[in-house]
Amino acid sequence: MAKVKTLDDLRKMKDELKNKITLREKADDPESLVQIKVSMATCGIASGAKEIMNYFIEELDNQNIDAVVTQTGCMGYCYAEPTIEVTLPGEKPLVFGNVTTPKASEIIEKYIKGGELVDGIIPDSYNTF
Amino acid sequence: MALYSVVRMLEKKSRMKDLSMHVTDIARNSVEAAASQVIVSFGLDKKEGVLEVKFEDNGRGMSAEMVKRVTDPFTTTRTTRKVGLGLPLFKMSATQTGGSLLVESEPEKGTVVTAVFDVKHIDCVPLGDLAGAATLLITGNPGVEFQFIFNANGHSYSVSTTEIQDTLGEKEISQPKVVRFIKEMIQENIKDIDFDF
Ligand SMILES: Nc1ncnc2c1ncn2[C@@H]1O[C@H](COP(=O)(O)OP(=O)(O)OP(=O)(O)O)[C@@H](O)[C@H]1O
Ligand SMILES: [Mg+2]
Repeated sequence: MAKVKTLDDLRKMKDELKNKITLREKADDPESLVQIKVSMATCGIASGAKEIMNYFIEELDNQNIDAVVTQTGCMGYCYAEPTIEVTLPGEKPLVFGNVTTPKASEIIEKYIKGGELVDGIIPDSYNTF
Repeated sequence: MALYSVVRMLEKKSRMKDLSMHVTDIARNSVEAAASQVIVSFGLDKKEGVLEVKFEDNGRGMSAEMVKRVTDPFTTTRTTRKVGLGLPLFKMSATQTGGSLLVESEPEKGTVVTAVFDVKHIDCVPLGDLAGAATLLITGNPGVEFQFIFNANGHSYSVSTTEIQDTLGEKEISQPKVVRFIKEMIQENIKDIDFDF
């Protein structure tokens, strides 16, 4: 596959994707998507938040999981960076701390795909969010 | 960031390893300051070995006193407010090459942060994954209009949230399936103008 280089290439790539997945319908209803927010203040970035955000994007793409991955500010858990907030469709947001790559993988496999709780949930987030 | 977090950061040996991390950090300050537009421009002159990185936003801005405090947090007498590390670390990375950091701001108008690096200096941080940082800022903050301008030795490449949203649709740009193509596009174009040192 040729590399995407122009906006036109990007448009073509999207049209190809649209035939394969329900990109638009789902995007119009964000509630139907898994939402991931990665905390991107200095402490998060310095602890590898960018790599974790990239990991989620790659892995969710590989596994065809419809999601929206965005950035957020300091959530106040600097001691547990990188931290992410995950919202499954119809569920309350949960904040996970110390998200290393293996932890990110566990969050996808167990929580996102199976709704199963995993270690690393920041308990405060039950009340705060 | 609270002081204990600074200690924790040092303990974990987490740090700003490259310019792409600083770019994410300083651009995120603009987002946090409620900017609706952020322009990040890079000017690289390989022959002279000079790199200028500039962030311009239309966010809430800062008072003169605040500007002074944010670049020199440890010289102020105030201890009640939290310590920010983003700008001081960026300043350190620039000045350790003999370069500089300038913050210009006006309340309610916006802020301009300009850093100059001597890229030939042995203490200059590497570029890192600049295409990735630009991509994640665009796709990770869909409500903010970003523009990235890369200038290298007379060649230029520019990419913006608006043109990508016009191409893909506003809500799709944060979906993993398309993020990797956006990154690929930016990466290829940066490579094309030889933006590297
Ligand atoms: N572009 C900007 N517009 C308005 N205010 C800004 C901007 N950049 C920085 N500031 C102000 O300066 C402060 C210090 O910024 P700095 O990046 O050093 O640390 P921080 O963002 O507060 O915290 P952290 O270290 O967690 O990123 C910010 O809290 C904000 O009040
Ligand atoms: Mg900051």
